[in-house]
Amino acid sequence: MALSGIQIYKLLPKTNCKECGFPTCLAFAMKLAAKQIELSACPHVSEEASAELAESAAPPIRLITLTGNGHKVEVGNEVVLFRHEKTFYHKPGLFIRLSDELPVAEIAANVTRAANYSVNYVGRDLALDGFAIDATSGDLQRFAAAVAAVQSVGKYPLILMSRDPAVLAAGLEEVSGESPLLYSADESNWEALAALAKEHKASLAVSAPTLDELAALTQKLQEAGVEDLVLDPAVRDFSHWLTASTQIRRLALKKNFRPLGYPVIAFAGENNPEQGDAGREVALAAQTISKYAGLVVLDHFAPELVYPLLVLRENLYTDPQKPIQVQPGLYEINAPRPGDPLLVTTNFSITYFSVANEVEGAGLPAWLLVADAEGMSVLTAWAAGNFDAERIAKDVKRFGVADKIDHQRIVIPGHVAVISGELEEELPGWDVRVGPREAVDLPAYIKSVVLQ
Amino acid sequence: MPIEIPSDNWPGAVRTVTIGATAAEGGTRARTVTVGGEKALPFMHFEAEMPHRPLVAIEIMDRRPDDWSSLLLEAWGAAAESPGIWAQAAEAAGADLIQLSLSLTPAGGEQTTPEAAVAAVKEVLAATGLPLIVIGPGQAEADNELLVPVADATRGERLALGVCEDKNYRTIVAAAMASDHLVVARTPMDVNLAKQLNILISDMHMPLDRILMDPTTGALGYGIEYGYSAMERLRLAALQGDTMTQLPMIVTPGYEAWKTKEAKVGADVPPEWGDWEQRAINWETVTAVTLLESGADIVVLRHPESVRRVQATIDELMRVPAAA
Ligand code: B12
Ligand code: SF4
Repeated sequence: MALSGIQIYKLLPKTNCKECGFPTCLAFAMKLAAKQIELSACPHVSEEASAELAESAAPPIRLITLTGNGHKVEVGNEVVLFRHEKTFYHKPGLFIRLSDELPVAEIAANVTRAANYSVNYVGRDLALDGFAIDATSGDLQRFAAAVAAVQSVGKYPLILMSRDPAVLAAGLEEVSGESPLLYSADESNWEALAALAKEHKASLAVSAPTLDELAALTQKLQEAGVEDLVLDPAVRDFSHWLTASTQIRRLALKKNFRPLGYPVIAFAGENNPEQGDAGREVALAAQTISKYAGLVVLDHFAPELVYPLLVLRENLYTDPQKPIQVQPGLYEINAPRPGDPLLVTTNFSITYFSVANEVEGAGLPAWLLVADAEGMSVLTAWAAGNFDAERIAKDVKRFGVADKIDHQRIVIPGHVAVISGELEEELPGWDVRVGPREAVDLPAYIKSVVLQ
Repeated sequence: MPIEIPSDNWPGAVRTVTIGATAAEGGTRARTVTVGGEKALPFMHFEAEMPHRPLVAIEIMDRRPDDWSSLLLEAWGAAAESPGIWAQAAEAAGADLIQLSLSLTPAGGEQTTPEAAVAAVKEVLAATGLPLIVIGPGQAEADNELLVPVADATRGERLALGVCEDKNYRTIVAAAMASDHLVVARTPMDVNLAKQLNILISDMHMPLDRILMDPTTGALGYGIEYGYSAMERLRLAALQGDTMTQLPMIVTPGYEAWKTKEAKVGADVPPEWGDWEQRAINWETVTAVTLLESGADIVVLRHPESVRRVQATIDELMRVPAAA
């Protein structure tokens, strides 16, 4: 936990020599607590004091970075238990696990499919983060060949999975220059894995069934000089996992408990009572995304399975203070001509893309006026007074709609049919048409009504 | 030295609310269901016992709906033709209780009549022993016109009637009070609005243990994060001792998810969306599971496979971890 100004003051020389540029050590301490200055501005601070200060300034949950040739995943460094308290910062990395017992051609094919997967959601391209290769064979060559097969497709952040240091070492030979995660250290192998992690600049996952054992292990690893750790509370069902993950997050944030101040990894496909029930895997992955996982490993890849999870992650990690918005303005869809229909919507991203995607997907040319509704959905904005006739009329003028189109017809969302009269008053001579309620029905409406 | 786990010791608790009444209690239900009673955040069994598991309600309609996804209509098949058979199918699919949504218009007709609404409710009550939630068509006038006679004709059943909103709650609350029913109070994702409406309703002398609150949610991808956070805040307020937020929460992930294009539409969608049916079920399930994590006491669902998955999830979440 960050120290208060007074706590910092106690660690300073208290000589008020002013060399830091402040009249007193206390004034300097206050600035430091507010993170407005660096400790290095005081030339007289003792070594112990600076170690203590550095320690207190470290984030309560360490930021862990996995890299793979330009792709990188950063997880951890969260500061709240509930997103409304501030926001969640680092989206959990989503990984797909493959066994090294699969034929290498199959591994390469699976990786290709998942690695090429990308889905557009409100203008953003969402994708998976990397792969976990599980040495279920226990065989050195086999594991190395599997890692090489993954690498042959493209270099993504990797999780190398084995308890056997020799197997991990064989895999690591194939990933030079990158920072993978080694999974995992336990009571029996931690020394050897610590050495491997240090040698290869890899992060290291730590597994234990209880938090006490987990903390005992991470302390040993910290002493051995391994700092980049990931925690695996070795429980796999919904209830135990939720409890463990919540307790770890609370200990890190509320108690600044360093031994557990690391991101947590979850295996959503493991211990599935009904083998291969991808439904349970999706549900468990959803829980881990909402409740504090830093890395989530899936055993299945299919678009219908990862798309909802990618969206959930995006949703819960948006800053509650800033709804995702698009720039207000007059947008052109499918190169419209002056005679093409004019539609109006709000600048809430989800709303804008629902409408734009429909019209664009149907190949219909249209002008889309995106009114400045403070980033709210149609009804929310209407209820808040940010999407009324006056606002729309103002934006029709502000964005020079009359210069671009040669007609005076505007289609409004069906949900705000009530404003049509007022809008006709605000825009004298215009024909205001009430469109359908849902964007899905827009193409049919445009074809059957507007273009008649 | 064992780690000392930070454990919240909350001063407040969620009220318990019982829906339905057996013959002994003045109704006709085979059993009742009780929700609420939490003294800690969802599934934090190490802090306090969670006396009642969250429940799954299945939403059915008084007639075959025109605007439901074909996936849902296929899943329910012929059952959707009649509310009684539909209710039985829902019970068989694992519902803890049934939500009957009344439609604004009958098939091919003008306006659902109070007689038709009462008949549908009675048909469902006769067909299943599960407790029942009855929701009006969502337009103030129609809601009042249908729910009042429904309340009257089912006196003592302890149905949950809804929805009460700030602009239209008096008539429904009065009807529910007169005939010993409960109400569902809905507000748009805001702690203060939820409190306000609960206050207004309890000012009419409706006991607080006969109110379920619906804080409203958005589907996955369509505003779920607002609902999620509103629910977390409501539940935290309840545990901190704010009486007017100490009501069990009911949410409608089924309705919200099946409105989205991802669930509703199979053709002409991006190939990255994958298999339609599985995507739709995942959409509903992920929305529901996420809301359970933020404090939902009742989730109202539509697809039988989502019900199976969400029930299995709740089963697992209710397992009390052995003390570590
Ligand atoms: C998320 C949400 C919020 C979020 C805001 C999110 C945001 N950035 O907008 C928060 C929690 C902040 C919020 C606040 C409020 N909300 Co609100 N909110 C919702 C909710 C749950 C979902 C809205 C949403 O995102 N929908 C998804 C988007 C994509 O939908 P959409 O914009 O309508 O777009 C669709 C269509 O309209 C159509 N479309 C869009 N553009 C166009 C254009 C044309 C030409 C056509 C044809 C079609 C079309 O296509 C889209 C897809 O089909 C709804 C209830 C619900 N489940 O719908 C309530 C709702 C909109 N909110 C409501 C209210 C009252 C409010 C508040 C006023 C409450 C209050 N007093 O505080 C505030 C207002 C804001 C403020 N003062 O701060 C009410 C509105 C009631 C009404 N009929 O007026 C609703 C309906 C809830 C309810 N049932 O009471 N809300
Ligand atoms: S330079 Fe250091 S010792 Fe001198 S006044 Fe500033 S804080 Fe105090």
